[in-house]
Amino acid sequence: MALLDVRDLSVRFDTFHGTVRAVDHVSFTLEESETLALVGESGSGKSVTNLAMMGLVPQPPGVIESGEVLFDGRDLLRLSPRELQRLRGKEISMIFQDPMTSLNPLLTVGEQLSEVLEVHLGLSRKEARLRCASAIGDVGIPDPESRLAQYPHELSGGMRQRVMIAMALLCDPRILIADEPTTALDVTIQAQILDLLTELQHQHGTAIILITHDLGVVAGQSDRVHVMYAGRLVETADVRDLYRAPLHPYTQGLLASVPRIGDSGEGSLHSIPGQPPDLASLPAGCAFAARCERAQPECGREVPPLVATNLEVTGGARFVACPLTIASAGSAR
Amino acid sequence: MSDATNTPLLEVRGLTKHFPVGGRGILGRAAKVLRAVDGIDFDLERGQCLGLVGESGCGKSTVARTVIGLHPATSGSVRLAGAELMTLTRRKWLPYRRRIQMIFQDPYASLDPRQTVASILTEPARIHKLHRPKERKLRAMELLEAVGLNPRHINRYPHEFSGGQRQRIGIARALALEPDILICDEPVSALDVSIQAQIINLLGELKERFDLAYLFIAHDLAVVRHISDSVAVMYLGRIVELATRDTIFSAPRHPYTQALLSAVPVPDPIEERARERIVLRGDVPSPLDPPPGCAFEPRCHRVDEVPGGHCRGERPEAVEIAGEGGHLSACHLTSAEAEPS
Repeated sequence: MALLDVRDLSVRFDTFHGTVRAVDHVSFTLEESETLALVGESGSGKSVTNLAMMGLVPQPPGVIESGEVLFDGRDLLRLSPRELQRLRGKEISMIFQDPMTSLNPLLTVGEQLSEVLEVHLGLSRKEARLRCASAIGDVGIPDPESRLAQYPHELSGGMRQRVMIAMALLCDPRILIADEPTTALDVTIQAQILDLLTELQHQHGTAIILITHDLGVVAGQSDRVHVMYAGRLVETADVRDLYRAPLHPYTQGLLASVPRIGDSGEGSLHSIPGQPPDLASLPAGCAFAARCERAQPECGREVPPLVATNLEVTGGARFVACPLTIASAGSAR
Repeated sequence: MSDATNTPLLEVRGLTKHFPVGGRGILGRAAKVLRAVDGIDFDLERGQCLGLVGESGCGKSTVARTVIGLHPATSGSVRLAGAELMTLTRRKWLPYRRRIQMIFQDPYASLDPRQTVASILTEPARIHKLHRPKERKLRAMELLEAVGLNPRHINRYPHEFSGGQRQRIGIARALALEPDILICDEPVSALDVSIQAQIINLLGELKERFDLAYLFIAHDLAVVRHISDSVAVMYLGRIVELATRDTIFSAPRHPYTQALLSAVPVPDPIEERARERIVLRGDVPSPLDPPPGCAFEPRCHRVDEVPGGHCRGERPEAVEIAGEGGHLSACHLTSAEAEPS
């Protein structure tokens, strides 16, 4: 059984500009100790999907229209705020993009870390302090004792992200949701943090949901990839299959648009024409059709469902939401 | 203008920008000095693109702002086609500023939300008293066309455009005065990948069409590789390596450049997992209190290759590598190879 099973999740926001469909019938599963990547551009719904799972979508304006998120036989969307609070930070933890705004500037590092242990595990302040020092050492922060007495502003960006990771892993969670964990960091620091995440995952067997727009990070870190566009999953595949032969025209365009450091740099880059659609007035049919080179009149009729294919090579089922792709590859299952 | 054939379009020598930080003591001197830019030399030729790369806090944006006169330089010289800019008064700057324009990172913050696109694009001409007032709007429409926007949208406001379209408006504004040089400060880092590619291609086309020179500042090395002819790598206020694009990417000499290139993730799962990465220790030191010797020494993975603690004691000067056409590297390893003793 999957560790986490998200079924048919839909989230909308009622705004002055109309109803924004942020997440539209998204389903996926997360297995024990795997890394699943949710990839997409801004507004594709990847962050909202995870916020909704954790009960962190403000309602109103947000509305969870449908779906269930099964974890340990319980539906997270039906839990009371108090039950969710007991789960968050203990069984499922999150780390965010900006470690400056997600740490409390008024509390020392030690105070915020020990709070987690006092609340979830009922440790005394003294015991908590000891555990925190070792947790901070584990994420590669030198001289942990004195760091505990410092405030977030006294630390560099890389250090703050390490503190966030240490905090997220304090209770040995089964799932870690990492929302753009290295986007705010420089590449040399990003390399350190990614290595750290991989190492900690090996030690603890934590399953990771990695939310990112960086296709380089995805290639190095993830096992399975889910590509989102305009609130919908458009393709799901094993990471090697996806990069070797992307199926959905959007995934193909996205991979071709990434400038690569190993390229000669000559010629112009492939680019996807046009702009992402307005989520408040999505077109009928495929949301990508207006930008798609292969679009046919029928693409505008109905939303293409995510369909299983038999195009996998390296294992793990492949799904794609493009009937044209399936027709041309002749391989719907 | 008297462009002698051997004078570069832009010539920067010993450019230094120090910011006083913290309270002033009784003698009125600043408690500390932040050495944002600490002695930088480079040339920029017409029609060329120089990429300036480095991590946050290395001083690359300060270089841009000092060159264009937004910050007065602490010392050093910037010459535009032979004319010194650093000693100019504000008023005397104006004709030169017409020749150097800037594109900013954040297309949301860099356009006035209360001005229409027409007003944004004609304002440079109004300030510089170019064209007759009636012609200005026509000219603005031409600019919109040149950056791939619909000229009929000229009476719209910035909020009616997406991020990528706003960045195009920012580019059109920079082109309004027909400059020789565009300083692009992280022009695509706020954009999504698919839009980023559109803007990079546009910048490439415009460079050819108007024979522009770019000083292209970015932290994304793959983007820089795509657009630059040569690349300067900065670390803690100094250029540590400068070479043509192909040399920097295929045969980097400075250990920092090597580590920086190796840290960039490759969008290919098999290659990315197989390759050896150089993972640097620690963080960038504070520019308030830089290390006494080589600024990169505390993080350098090759520090053991230099005998006798040389790196900690002495700051390496940039040395030209023989036979590589102006390839400079500021590292004791390079110096040792250049003059074997």
